[in-house]
Parts: sequence; structure tokens; C-alpha cells
Amino acid sequence: MKSGRSLGRILAVAGKEWLQIRRDARSLALSLVAPALLIMLFGYALTVDVKNVSMAVYDMDRSTLSRRLVEEFSHTEYLTVRGHVSGYDEIDGLMDREHIAMALVIPAGFERRYKSGKSVEVQLVTDGSDATTATVAIGYASAIVTNFNLDLKIRELARSGIRGPRMPVDVRSRIWYNPELESKNFIIPGLIVLILAIISALIASLTISREWERGTMETLITTPVRGHELVLGKLIPYLFIGLFDVAATITLGYFVFDVPLKGSFVELVLVALLFLAGTSSLGVLLSAATRVQVLSVQAAMVVTYLPSFILSGFIFPIKSMPIVVQAITYLVPAKYLIVLIKGIALKGVSVGLLWMQIVFLAIFALLVLAGSVRKLSMRLPEARS
Amino acid sequence: MNGNTVEVRGLTKRFGDFYAVNDIGFAVRAGEIFGFLGPNGAGKSTTIRMLCGILAPTAGEGSVAGFNIMTEQEGIKSAIGYMSQRFSLYDDLTVRENLEFFGSVYGLEGARLRERIAYVMKMADIGRRGDAMVRGLPGGVKQRLALGGAILHDPPVLFLDEPTSGVDPIMRRTFWEIIYDFSRNGKTIFVTTHYMDEAEHCDRMALIIAGKIIALDSPAALKAALPYSVWSLRAERFIEVFEEVAAFPFIDEAAIFGSDIHIMCKKDLPLKRELSRALRERGVSGFRIEEVDATLEDVFVSHARRLGV
Repeated sequence: MKSGRSLGRILAVAGKEWLQIRRDARSLALSLVAPALLIMLFGYALTVDVKNVSMAVYDMDRSTLSRRLVEEFSHTEYLTVRGHVSGYDEIDGLMDREHIAMALVIPAGFERRYKSGKSVEVQLVTDGSDATTATVAIGYASAIVTNFNLDLKIRELARSGIRGPRMPVDVRSRIWYNPELESKNFIIPGLIVLILAIISALIASLTISREWERGTMETLITTPVRGHELVLGKLIPYLFIGLFDVAATITLGYFVFDVPLKGSFVELVLVALLFLAGTSSLGVLLSAATRVQVLSVQAAMVVTYLPSFILSGFIFPIKSMPIVVQAITYLVPAKYLIVLIKGIALKGVSVGLLWMQIVFLAIFALLVLAGSVRKLSMRLPEARS
Repeated sequence: MNGNTVEVRGLTKRFGDFYAVNDIGFAVRAGEIFGFLGPNGAGKSTTIRMLCGILAPTAGEGSVAGFNIMTEQEGIKSAIGYMSQRFSLYDDLTVRENLEFFGSVYGLEGARLRERIAYVMKMADIGRRGDAMVRGLPGGVKQRLALGGAILHDPPVLFLDEPTSGVDPIMRRTFWEIIYDFSRNGKTIFVTTHYMDEAEHCDRMALIIAGKIIALDSPAALKAALPYSVWSLRAERFIEVFEEVAAFPFIDEAAIFGSDIHIMCKKDLPLKRELSRALRERGVSGFRIEEVDATLEDVFVSHARRLGV
């Protein structure tokens, strides 16, 4: 009987909250439309694949050999030769306007020196202001030049009568789970987690502070509704919204961005729900603690956005972080969901193998939920009014 | 229980070094309309909030509806209805949705919930506004809805914090009819107000100033206990006359009361004769003096002056 009453109150709060959300077009848009929109926007924008690096060629030699080298540079999808220039100042200008990120300079006498048996130098000029692109582009260029050298060497040997020289070691790489090494396959899952974390905490962070600001909390606390009933009742509609967001973002990832979904969709949704229980409770906790909407929203942004982005292993590998920071990442629920989504979607692993992540997510959700119930005061603040 | 619905001793609330409520004690009998009369900031709301279990007392003991105010707030919450000073229902829900929500929170369901909502809507005369969004309702209707929300679950005790503040006089009468009706059904009502005339509706009342109860009795007894006789002086240019009169040594208290001057003096003083002579000496004519019944305001003023506030 007593627990029946309690359940009745939880459902009453949930029903009331749902009515309020339904009538609030802004928060409805934020909670239902924003996640899909953000995935579309950032899914296309966020890529760490360096492809089609634009470059120019300054060929002072204009010989057969130099043209062959330039040819090699044009044969890869990673580099695009935009054109030939005839001076360093032109390279400078193109780089300033960001038309090119790299230039290959072949000195005069390139072929002549090679033929006379001397070693020759070519110069690579790169735009270091974008360090990632520069590093990757230099890597591509070095690989091309190495191959070019190898080719020349083999021809030399052939000319001197040695046929079919063998390669002592040949690397054959096979990449598992993401054979194309496409960054979207780990960007999109990470992005989904990031967006779910932010949006769920954000919309939940308004609930208690809004009641305080509108004065309705003063009536609520005189009713028999208990703190935990209020928190649970308020969480229910937000979990349903979260469920919708999970389904929407995963569907977009699958159909629009071709992120594979090898494992079970249901398992994916269930673990995401567990994650949302934690992040939504975090929003409620901040809302209960600050009692002011402006503060609770900002706090929700701060505690979800940066940690989920930086400390979750989304972009930056956790294993390369200092040990103290690595320890902190255990407090970031996004870390667990990213592992789970990658495992289920990319590797087709069943959740049974990822139980550790699930346990951590459950612990996080329970701790934050308990914290928000504890922090939610069913009393008026101690101040004159 | 001993027939008292509310009972407190030594109730105190301190905010920093400010005593909002300072060591008060009183008892409210079951079925009584008990008034708390005092100016703004006297500690009325603070007291009511402590009784409702939503503000922790600094010190004191007592009970509401048989529940200890220090330890059994949850029990109190099921037994009371509370209407706060500031309107505090959901303005983005309709009238009916608000009532349904609060009814469910109090454990009403099904036929019983529908029956109570129908009763409250009829009582507060908001039936035809059932599907209107609360946000757009006029102040008086909101106020009646708030009262309706407080009595929805038929609580034995009702706490009303300035229920008629900002309500026009006609609406105030309607309000008091609802309160009387509630009282006739054997419920206890604890109401705060700063309207003196409203306090006359109470069975008993406490005067509260600066966190202290300075007098507590029925309105009639409070007025009878006044150690003064009260006179009304009517004169032209009464503001100037008032200044003269206030300085007369045989007058204990003079106050402007509408367009009259209310005068308090010792009960055995032949005031009419004394005052007429004194006024004529100062060339004032065309005045009328008559003895009147003391009002609660006179009682309040006399107590306030005695305490020097």
C-alpha cells in the first residue's frame, strides 16, 4: 500500500513533467531535434582523415627524371598537385591564401647530378600552422620518395645485370574492425555519446531550478511527495526523450554516415539508456544544487562537454595521458559508452564481453542519482524572505 | 492529543543574527479559525512555514495534527493543506491538470479524485475554466484555484498564508465564505493576514510584532481587555487638528482612522468635556466627539505603542 502510494506519486510527477515538456516548444526542439541536427552538422565536419592535401610543384630542372618524380606525387589520392610555380614567392603567396599546404621544390641539375652518380636533394616546403596536416603530408611525401628511390635502385641493379632483387621484409598490414581506417567510424559513435551527454544533462538541469524559480517548489515541498519520488518522476520523461535521441542518432549514423552496426541494436539502446540515466541524474543534481536555471545550465554544459570530449577517449587516446588524468577518466561516463558503442557497432561484440563498462555505467548512474536525491532539499532555503 | 490541532512552545527561527520568530508559543483548538495578525515582516510566514514542515525551526517544540514539528514533517505534510503567499501552482498547466496533479500527489485516484476536483471547482467557482491555461487567468481566479488546491485532499488542517493579499474586497468576502464553510465541516484553519477587518472573522487570534506574540485571544476579548476608552473625533481640517490633539497630555493615543481621529484615553476620563474645552481654547469649532467601539486596529496600535514599535 505504502509503496503503491509512492509509485502513484512518482507517476503523477512524471505525468506533470511530460505535460510541461510537451508545451514548451523550445525545450522540445532542444531535446528532440537538436541531437539529430548536431550529428548531421558535425558528422560531416569532424574528420581527422588527411586527404587531398593541396600542393604545388616548383620544378627548376624540367627533366625526364623530375617529371617522373612529380608524376608519382600526382598518383595518390592523399595529395593533389594544384599546379606548377616558378618561384618561392609564388609558393609563399599560395600558402598565405591557404590554396596549398605543401610545395615540392626540385633544384636545377637534378637529373644531371643523379646521372653523375651523386646523391640529389629535393625540398619539401610545408605549412606548419596546421601541424596535423603538415605532419601527415610530410609522411605521404616521404613514402612516395622512398618508393621512387627503390624503383630507381631496382632499375640500376637491373641495368648492372641483377634480376628480380628480392625484398627482405615486406609489410602486409591488415586492419581489423575499420578496414578503411575511416575516421568517421570512430568519430560518429564518439559524437553520438558527446551529444547525448550534453543534451540529456542540459534539459534535466532545468527541472528543479525551474520549480524553485517559479515558486512551485514551495507548494511541492508541502505535499507528501518525497525527494526521491520527485527525482525519479522527473527522470522518467527525460529518459523517454533520451531513448528517442539514441534511436535517432544511431539511425542517422547507420544510414547517412554508413557507420556499420554489427552487433545488436537493442543492446546498444539499452546501454545508452543506462548512460542517460547517469547523465540526466547529473543534470538533476546540478539543478537541485544551484536552484537557479542560468547556473544549472552552465554547470551542466561544463561538466558534460569538455570531459566527454577530451577525457573520454573520443579523440585523444586515454593511454597517452598522464596517469593522474587517466585515473580521472574513470569518472567520465562517456568513456564507457564509447567503448560499448564501438564494441557493439564496429566489432559486433555482445554486451556480455563488455560487462565491466556496464558495471561502471551503473555505478555512475546510481551514485549520481543518490547524490541528486541527497542534494534535493525538500525545505525552503535558510534566508529571510 | 488534547483537542489542540496545533501546539508549539518556544518556537524560534533565527536567520544569521536576525530573529524572524522569537520564542513564541500558542495552541490552536480543533475546528477553530485561528488568525495570525501582524505587519509585513513580523514573522507570520516564517511561523506558518515552520508549522508546515518546510522550514526547520532553530529551536522549539510542538505538534501539528498530532505530528512532531521537529521530527515528523512527512506526517504533517499528509495532514495539511497549504496555500503560500506567492501564487505557486503551475501556470503552464490547465486548471484541471493542476488539480489532477496535486490530487494524485496526495494519493487521490479514480472516482474519488474526480469527485474532489468537481467539488473544488464548484466551491471555488472555476468550473467553466477547467481547461484554461493557468497563465492567462485573472489574479482572483488564480487565488481561488490555489485555495482549491490546498483543500483538494480534504485535510483536517489548513494553513493559509495571506490568502487575500491583492484580492479585491468582494472576492475577499467570497474567500471568507469558503473558509467559514470549511470550518463548519470541523476543519482547523490557521490564517495569516495584515488586514485588521479580516482578523475579526477569526475565532481567536494572535497579534505578532517583530517575531513576538504580544496578545492572543478572541477578537472580542482582545478589545474588551483594552485599558482605554476609544473616541472618534470628527473635525474640518482634521490633519491640523490631529497634530494639536496628539499633544494633549490627557490623551494616551491618537491616530488617524479614515477621515476621523481615533483617540484613546483612560477609561474613567470624561473625555468629551475635556477635549471640547481644550479644542475651543484653541479656536477649533465645528467638531463632533463620540465614544466608539474599539476595533482590532485600536488594540493593535495600543500594543505596538506600548512596546515602542
